[in-house]
Amino acid sequence: MLRFVVRRLVQMVPVLIGLSLLLFAWVRALPGDPARALLGERATPEGLARVNEAYGFDQPVLQQYFTYVKALLQGDFGTSIRTGQPVMESFLEKFPATIELGLTALLLAVVVGVPLGYLAARHQGRLLDTVVVSGSLLGVVTPVFFLAILLKLVFADTLHWLPTALRQDPRIDATHITNFYVLDGLITQEWDAAWDAIVHLVLPAVALGTIPLAIIVRITRASVAEVMHEDYVRTAESKGLAASTISRRHVLRNALLPVVTTIGLQAGLLFAGAVLTETVFAFNGIGQYLFEAIGRRDYPVLQGFILLIAIVYSLINLLVDLSYGLIDPRVRTA
Amino acid sequence: MPEFLKSVLGRGSAVLAVAALALTGCAQSERDDSGSSDGSDGGGTFVFAGSAEPVALDPFFASDGETFRVSRQIFEGLVGTKPGTADPAPLLATDWTVSDDGLTYGFTLRDDVKFQDGSDFDAEAVCFNFDRWYNTPESAQTDDLTYYYATLFRGFKTGPRAAEAIYESCSADSATEATIQLKKPFAGFIAAMSMPAFSMQSPTALEEYQDDAAQNPRTTEYSTAHPVGTGPFKFGQWERGKQITLEANADYWGEKPAIDEAVIVAIDDPKARADALANGEIDGFDLVGPADIASLEEQGFQIENRDPFNVLYLGMNQKVKPLDDPLVRQAIAHALDKDQIVSASMPEGTETALEFVPPTVNGYTEDVPTYEYDPERAQQLLQQAGADGATIEFNYPTGVSRPYMPQPEDTFNVIRSQLEAVGLRIKPTADQWDPDYLEKIQGTPNHGIHLLGWTGDYNDTDNFLGVFFGTATQEWGFTNQQLFNDLKEARGLPTVEEQQPLYEEINRQVMEFLPGVPLAHPVPSLAFSPDVQGYQPSPVQDEVWNTISIS
Repeated sequence: MLRFVVRRLVQMVPVLIGLSLLLFAWVRALPGDPARALLGERATPEGLARVNEAYGFDQPVLQQYFTYVKALLQGDFGTSIRTGQPVMESFLEKFPATIELGLTALLLAVVVGVPLGYLAARHQGRLLDTVVVSGSLLGVVTPVFFLAILLKLVFADTLHWLPTALRQDPRIDATHITNFYVLDGLITQEWDAAWDAIVHLVLPAVALGTIPLAIIVRITRASVAEVMHEDYVRTAESKGLAASTISRRHVLRNALLPVVTTIGLQAGLLFAGAVLTETVFAFNGIGQYLFEAIGRRDYPVLQGFILLIAIVYSLINLLVDLSYGLIDPRVRTA
Repeated sequence: MPEFLKSVLGRGSAVLAVAALALTGCAQSERDDSGSSDGSDGGGTFVFAGSAEPVALDPFFASDGETFRVSRQIFEGLVGTKPGTADPAPLLATDWTVSDDGLTYGFTLRDDVKFQDGSDFDAEAVCFNFDRWYNTPESAQTDDLTYYYATLFRGFKTGPRAAEAIYESCSADSATEATIQLKKPFAGFIAAMSMPAFSMQSPTALEEYQDDAAQNPRTTEYSTAHPVGTGPFKFGQWERGKQITLEANADYWGEKPAIDEAVIVAIDDPKARADALANGEIDGFDLVGPADIASLEEQGFQIENRDPFNVLYLGMNQKVKPLDDPLVRQAIAHALDKDQIVSASMPEGTETALEFVPPTVNGYTEDVPTYEYDPERAQQLLQQAGADGATIEFNYPTGVSRPYMPQPEDTFNVIRSQLEAVGLRIKPTADQWDPDYLEKIQGTPNHGIHLLGWTGDYNDTDNFLGVFFGTATQEWGFTNQQLFNDLKEARGLPTVEEQQPLYEEINRQVMEFLPGVPLAHPVPSLAFSPDVQGYQPSPVQDEVWNTISIS
């Protein structure tokens, strides 16, 4: 187990080095330059030259890369060109927002998706199945951006049931310890703050969770349907085991493996979707920050954030792989 | 649907609650449970949305409107502006004198002002600030950090521009009298002093928390958590990525704020800001999208317009044929129906532009060559120039709304059809605003006619004409030595009165030469909830919130 984890972590190293090189080249391949973005209409040739010199953008690219990697190896991800804030600091500040949003979306997708998929499989060909299957198809094909705007239009702008923007009402005097606002509210027993953070999560999480939800429904349905026809299920039925025991021990447990893999893969999609969702709901997470950084050609932020996201993504998938062992004993020894 | 939401919320919060319960024992709320922030005996909390977070809390190291919005509440300069105008007015200085040669400025200061940390505001503090700016370390002499000082005072004590620096010294003659000595005249000096970059900051706080020589002076303790000025609001807290909280300064020397607290949040998208106002999440916001104005007004929200202090123009790159031909440029000017452009793509209240400065700026004159909308004349001029049916590249930005250019795509469409109507062929080139568009227009010669503009920072003609035509640039692609020299001469005159005739002449000269067509002075708008009273819009955004109350 430990060897497995170490091996996987070591495997990440060349991937990250390759990624750092790609990112470095990619951000520099974007048209425009950060100095121009920084000075805007006020840019003069001399002003641009001074900014480029100050940030080292006038150095040969290869030298810039080595300076960057050298700093990276010391744990320094650079500083934002716009604010001067260290990239790691702003990542840690904004990451909780995205994780809170992503987890809520994923929770929604799993809690609703797995039972729905299971029920659809159990009622294959009947009305419930048809509704679930076509509903999930609709969920998969609806773009996150469109859904986010639609949800906002209906539930916030028109019905005024839920907030349209931000993570918490600015008028609430909330204490933040972890920057997970719901958690902070619970820890400090500021119940109004916690509830308000939850309310602010609803629309973005539904928008972000819909695609994973739809995919999970479909995978669960297919997987359960397949397992239900396995010999061991028929054997269990002929042994006269209770239906609930069969479902729990034999069907769901075996059907869940592909579902768990899907959940792991969805984590990457969630990060991608978060960029759009956070922008629509002005939800100050890494997605929105990254979106702004692209516009500003904030090289250090782009490089640092994407690299950090890649690390987090790799770790999530490592956790997913480890969780197989919990579900399927055969994988433990594999 | 509510049941569904309830179930989801129930499950979600149950999981988090379990996690939290374990931690509850070790952490307790730091806040006072005695009441909420909008307590009944005070003036409440004013929540305002800008488009981005400030870059820092020390305005000397900034040049962006979002930073200055916060600075205006905490800090004050020697000079302010008359409400609703760009004209200088007394603020921390009650009066000032200028020597005949324009090199010596004597300021008389208020004697009843203290910084928010309790230290005295006096002539010593004034000189501390002036000397601090002049002594900016070379590491901070870049345009992203100290654009305004470098541009207006031409240089620092050290560094490559030291020889051009116009500041000489400051002396504290008494507690309430400070004298500033310049090396060269600077007629815009008094108006420039109204800019937030030149706010008076507490020497005590600066010495304790600021480090101008830091690797990045925007991330020091002072710039992120300890700004101290003399303004009506004290800094409360900056939770990055969330909000900035300002508290009413009970010891303020002037009109004390009616509200207890002001909170500033950042919402990037104009539509999202409008939605948040409509849903009661914020009390007001800046940079209202023109498309949202009517619907907000219908819902009973207040729209406040700033007097325009900007100009939108159609630039013409003379490096590209046939735009180097004055007849073609005149033809384009005659082909444009500015009234239609304004009514189709600008907010209500927008005025068409005669020249490259707005009417409130010194040197504005109606006595300039004008080019009436006359398509036939345009066609004749094109034929005369042999450019009938010529193809012209038309560059315009996408994904942006600037105060001087609210809807560039719409403006482009109107102008395009007007130019095509006189027989020109238009090759449209759209670019993302930030930074592709600016890079192409200002950094390369590869563009034809283009949309761009400028919002003035303070009331100085050089801040418009000097920025556009002070030197040869890629944007305009021409060299006109006489124009460059005249602008340099005007800039060097000691007083605004002496500058005026020269700037009027330059405006005539520019409109004769016609490097571009000034189109309009669009009105920038703010929106507020019906409960907000007393917001005073300013053409140069000198908007201080001590006049606001919430019912």
